[in-house]
Amino acid sequence: MRLVNSIKNGIVIDHITKGRGLRVYHELKLDTIENTTVLLMNVGSDHLNKKDIIKIEGDFDLNHEILGLIDTNITVNLIENEKVVKKIFVEVPEKVSNLIKCQNPRCISHTDDYAKPVFTLVGKNGELQYQCSYCEEVTKVKFK
Amino acid sequence: MMRHLIEPKDLTNDEMLRLIEIGQRIYKDPQAYHGVARGKILASLFFEPSTRTKFSFDSAMLRLGGEIIGFADANTSSAKKGESLADTIRVMSFYSDLIVMRHPKEGAPLLASKYSEVPVINAGDGGHNHPTQTLTDLITISQYKKTLENHCIAFVGDLKYGRTVHSLIKTMATFHSKKFILVSPDELRLPEFLLKYLEENHPEIEIQEAHYLEDVIHEADIIYMTRIQKERFFNEADYIKLKDSFLLDKEKMQRARKDAIVMHPLPRVNEIAYEIDDDPRSVYFEQSKLGVYIRMALICKMLEVGDYAAR
Ligand SMILES: [Zn+2]
Repeated sequence: MRLVNSIKNGIVIDHITKGRGLRVYHELKLDTIENTTVLLMNVGSDHLNKKDIIKIEGDFDLNHEILGLIDTNITVNLIENEKVVKKIFVEVPEKVSNLIKCQNPRCISHTDDYAKPVFTLVGKNGELQYQCSYCEEVTKVKFK
Repeated sequence: MMRHLIEPKDLTNDEMLRLIEIGQRIYKDPQAYHGVARGKILASLFFEPSTRTKFSFDSAMLRLGGEIIGFADANTSSAKKGESLADTIRVMSFYSDLIVMRHPKEGAPLLASKYSEVPVINAGDGGHNHPTQTLTDLITISQYKKTLENHCIAFVGDLKYGRTVHSLIKTMATFHSKKFILVSPDELRLPEFLLKYLEENHPEIEIQEAHYLEDVIHEADIIYMTRIQKERFFNEADYIKLKDSFLLDKEKMQRARKDAIVMHPLPRVNEIAYEIDDDPRSVYFEQSKLGVYIRMALICKMLEVGDYAAR
């Protein structure tokens, strides 16, 4: 059963943990692009293994950092001529920029627009811990 | 290649030893260095007031025969409202050969270094880094103990928030220290991550934590005192109870080794009784003085003049 036709050329974001599809959709700002997009929720007949899927037709510059912060179950399929030409398993990103705000209130990044910190992954037990390139404080990321 | 000094890690141990050597050379014969920075301009940008540090740098530059421009606090600068640090630095670096900056925001000197045409020295960014304090501590230890290696060092007071202590601990660990004695109240213990860092990277160094200085003072070659701020305590009673234990006085000094030295980054609040100022083991005023000489050496390095002139 397929509610929506498969795409010809584009990206399929597959195996999104059930319930997180909408979050991924918003974080990627898919509501602001021109491409044809589909969000499928609760896909799969097996009760325990339902998942969400997002399909994007055409060219789209996918930000893997965002996916890695939200859900590492995700696999990304690149589609050309209705065939999967590449499968990418999403991982927690080692470096993150833009998506995180430094939690140190004394950090220069809060008061100067030029200071755009890069965060480096320094720990991931339970929650992700990222160190700010400016003040070196560790910010905990809970993207759930 | 242009170099900046943003954190102590920006210098290798060999570079630190060379700075100390030249700092000591200047100390012995300051006259020989007068004029080596003639024609050079230091931009001294203090976005937050710190009289002591500013004067130390200003004095260093003047003793080298250079000139100084700048401001002593952000209220007198164009940076007060609106202007980005990047713009201030871009412009100031056209007017000068070297920038020394202090800023209340952590990471500001790193940002400045990305937009500067000349070397930037961090003279303190919030509670983050203060590399020239570390250099000052090192030249003092070297001056009085002849070597940086193999010492038993007692760090006393606020070991939790005092990040200059953290960088001294990390640096001294790389100079093969024998033992660190960490003397602080429970509220101000050295953070867990640093203890872990020492354990993983320098397992050969013995670490001992203590509550009372009098229990351990006899072991220390170096007694490094820090400021304890009242605000760090949860209540007044705790502060009063503990404050005496962290006051270094004549009585405690009687138990200290004859060849020990007492250091303090200054200004002191009430960690060191005035009565021990005359004790030959008290070197904290000399420490400030040596701070000027190590800064002179550092300025020479950054400007590539004097001993650092290209041959
Ligand atoms: Zn930060």
